[in-house]
Amino acid sequence: MELELRGITKRFGSLVANDHIDLTVAPGEIRGLLGENGAGKTTLMNVLYGLIQPDSGQILLDGQPVTIHSPRDAIGARIGMVHQHFMLVPVFTVAENVALGVEHTRRIGGFPTGLLDRKRARSQVLELSERYGLQVNPDALVEDLPVGVQQRVEIIKALLRNASVLILDEPTAVLTPSETEDLFRVMRELREGGRSIVFITHKLKEVQAIADNITVIRRGQVVGERPPSTTDAELAELMVGRSVELRVTKTPARPGDVVLDVEHLSVAGDVIPIEAGGTRNSVDDLTFQVRAGEILGIAGVQGNGQTELCEALMGLRPATGIVQVDGRDISHASPRDRLRAGIGYIPEDRQEDGLVADFSVADNLVLDTYDRPPFASGIAMDLGAIRRNATSLVSEFDVRTSSIDSAVGTLSGGNQQKVILAREVGRRVRLLLASQPTRGLDVGSIEFVHRRIVEERDSGTAVIIVSSELDEIYALADRIAVMYEGRITGFRPPTVSVTELGLLMTGATGDTAAPGAVPGAAPPPPAGPPPGGEAADGPADGVEGT
Amino acid sequence: MTQDASGVPPEPQPGEPQPPAGTGAGNSGPAAAAGSATSSTPPDRGPLRGLDRALWDAISQGSPTVVTILAIFLALVLGGLLIAFSDPTVLHAWSTFFSHPGAAISAAWQSVASAYSAMFEGAIFNPHTISAAFHGGSVGAIFYPLSETASQATPLVLTGLSVALAFRAGLFNIGAASQWIGGAIVTTYLGFAISLPVVLHAIVCLIGGFAGGAIMGWVVGALKARTGAHEVIVTIMLNYVMYDLLNYLLGTPKALQQPGQANLISPNIHAAAQLPHVGGPPPQVGVGFLIALAAAAAMWWLLARSTTGFEFRTVGANPSAARSAGMSVLRVWVLAMLLAGGLAGLSGAVTIQGTFYNLNTLSYGTYGITGITVALLGRARPLGVVLAALLFGALDTGGTVMQAATSVPVDITEVLQGLIVLFVAAPLFIRAVFRLRAARTGGGMEAVAKGWNG
Repeated sequence: MELELRGITKRFGSLVANDHIDLTVAPGEIRGLLGENGAGKTTLMNVLYGLIQPDSGQILLDGQPVTIHSPRDAIGARIGMVHQHFMLVPVFTVAENVALGVEHTRRIGGFPTGLLDRKRARSQVLELSERYGLQVNPDALVEDLPVGVQQRVEIIKALLRNASVLILDEPTAVLTPSETEDLFRVMRELREGGRSIVFITHKLKEVQAIADNITVIRRGQVVGERPPSTTDAELAELMVGRSVELRVTKTPARPGDVVLDVEHLSVAGDVIPIEAGGTRNSVDDLTFQVRAGEILGIAGVQGNGQTELCEALMGLRPATGIVQVDGRDISHASPRDRLRAGIGYIPEDRQEDGLVADFSVADNLVLDTYDRPPFASGIAMDLGAIRRNATSLVSEFDVRTSSIDSAVGTLSGGNQQKVILAREVGRRVRLLLASQPTRGLDVGSIEFVHRRIVEERDSGTAVIIVSSELDEIYALADRIAVMYEGRITGFRPPTVSVTELGLLMTGATGDTAAPGAVPGAAPPPPAGPPPGGEAADGPADGVEGT
Repeated sequence: MTQDASGVPPEPQPGEPQPPAGTGAGNSGPAAAAGSATSSTPPDRGPLRGLDRALWDAISQGSPTVVTILAIFLALVLGGLLIAFSDPTVLHAWSTFFSHPGAAISAAWQSVASAYSAMFEGAIFNPHTISAAFHGGSVGAIFYPLSETASQATPLVLTGLSVALAFRAGLFNIGAASQWIGGAIVTTYLGFAISLPVVLHAIVCLIGGFAGGAIMGWVVGALKARTGAHEVIVTIMLNYVMYDLLNYLLGTPKALQQPGQANLISPNIHAAAQLPHVGGPPPQVGVGFLIALAAAAAMWWLLARSTTGFEFRTVGANPSAARSAGMSVLRVWVLAMLLAGGLAGLSGAVTIQGTFYNLNTLSYGTYGITGITVALLGRARPLGVVLAALLFGALDTGGTVMQAATSVPVDITEVLQGLIVLFVAAPLFIRAVFRLRAARTGGGMEAVAKGWNG
């Protein structure tokens, strides 16, 4: 089925979210819709799915104008949508979720009984998962499934409703690299079956990898259509409207004294299953050091103990072993004392752990320093000092907000992250611990965050970056550690190949001797300019190897 | 609490409504407009400016305050219908509706008007007292209804503050009743069992009341922090414990029972422990009311200006962010319940010292439970709680006068209180009835609702 959007315009007050957008998707085409957060991609797709009514413009299916006033109309027109945040009932099984809204009831002798036909739902799920390689257990409870599998359930839901145009809204934002690979495989299968897919994203590599054609949207307007062979730089420039540094320029690290010294750190009481059978502590006997002025990148597929490691380092999770910062033992210190000891913490889930959405930008900027001078004397807070602090940090970190009194929850993801970064780096820290610092951010914000992190390193801070995005690890790390099943499977210089990292990420320990056990052995600065060698080969192809 | 001035529907994705890059602060668009109701003016309503504009936005989008006022209005309208249709005279007039339609309607109007005006005169201001004052009557009598209202509101202000303080820290305090009793027991005992000079005795009793309630609150907070016991369950159960403990103590001669009494009643507290009234008879304000106002001011300062209050609010809004920022969530829980209990205990103290002078099995009334509704109506803000308590105090005072002056039963005030709370709790319904434009998710109520998740 051919889908055509003509002159779609949608205004919210004075903001033009969509400005005369034209878009055509051919049958059996994967169309990449690329744009920064707030460019109007989601609005456009919500128009198509009937969640929002456009102010003007037409939707045509196979050349026939259609009116879509509700998701029901959209489903009737064979348009399906997988939202960024899944619309599933966690306590229902996969089959029940899929059947929701299109339930069939059993009939006995031709008479309706009003009883759900679970068998039929099950067999439909099985049949679809067979046909498109979407492995799902129809009897599993949705809440027990990893996000990647939940997404498959959403896709099956759309397919069962006979969707021939499938809209995927930022589908990879929540996926691990290998889950992303799985999704791409499914998308290719669906394309073979003649279905069209609109793939919304802000990740350049992904559209290049999967899309047949790329439409770039900026500030509500289509600014270009390009083939997937277009270079990163050109796509990024189209998307952001100015030339973007895709890779931060950084000088070789000049590591100084050891700042963080971790010995035999284990997180007990929270075990993870291991491939060889049995279970293991989620963080198992880790020993490593980070020096002033270097960035240690911790790579690994999500769920191999990275989250637990960060929380253990911050005292948010009980752990055994010794943690020292600048030679001071903080193994038994509270989270507050660790922050005071000079650790800056950028948590993985910024909305849940990093910010209070209802609080103002100004309040969020003092969330962990509110009780210290100059923001407080005794228990009385100095609102003037808090506001001055906010004003200066907002301008220094280029936080786009209408006012320092706006609730931080109204800002975009990139600006929320800048608020956290400003807060943590704004006070003097010795060690910056950043977990997934650019997850879900647009190119412009990623560039900014990366640049600030490198600046922090250059000013002599020890930095740990935990990331499941290999791009990010390559862009920032001066030394790479790979975590797998709670252990570090190897330390490598940033010149390591993607293949080798991929192997380490799946448990091959390689040839390393006791990892990190060589105090004083600073990683050799990579020969030549760091951006050179590995830029072309690896990260674009994602990380599979599983 | 953010008002969305440009009438933008909530974006499905919180990250999306970001003003385009570039000019920064001056940008319009959802994020920019969210800050204040006055800052941006959609082009379609040019003539309105400044205050008009703010008022228009507040009314058309239904700020929480406006919704509350409309809820009260709607409750009064429904209450009026109830009064009209429960009045035998009116019912009789309706039976002849088709022959004399005017009579039925005027009878209904008459009934409602006389009931509400009696209520108003009893609770706020009676015009007759002015003319009486001109003819040699007491000037003070003009303010008598208000002083009665304040007196009725006093315990409610304090139990309301108790529940509200816990709300703000993310806790649901159902136990203001048990804390009230805890405070009242200590106050009463100190009031009759020891002898101290005039002002000092009253102060000691007040502190004792605060401490008695605080201990009850601390138990709840400590149980939650140490064992994870949910505060809702614990407070409900402790209410029963305290009802029965009070009965036991009042029936035990060596404890609280008045010597020579077979009834469950304590001795009167010494005159030195009683809270005086200021202003002289008859318009007088109990010192207890002033204490309640001071407590509200102190709580405002605590929440808005102190580091402790910042911790309370952070834990209430997002406990995991609070933890990551180095705050001790458990400490906040214990401290918040301790202070909340203290406020409820203080309510017990001022009621005993300022109104009853002794303690019996009925003293605690419904202050604890009504405190929850007061906190809800006041949106867990100190000023809101004071206003809500005054409203409830006025309804109670006015209801009694209304019953005496007309045939309308005093129970109608409880119906009114129930309706008000019902409508406040259903802001969407109020918006639908009054055709308010949808605003973003209503702020304060979320904090209130969160308490259940504990």
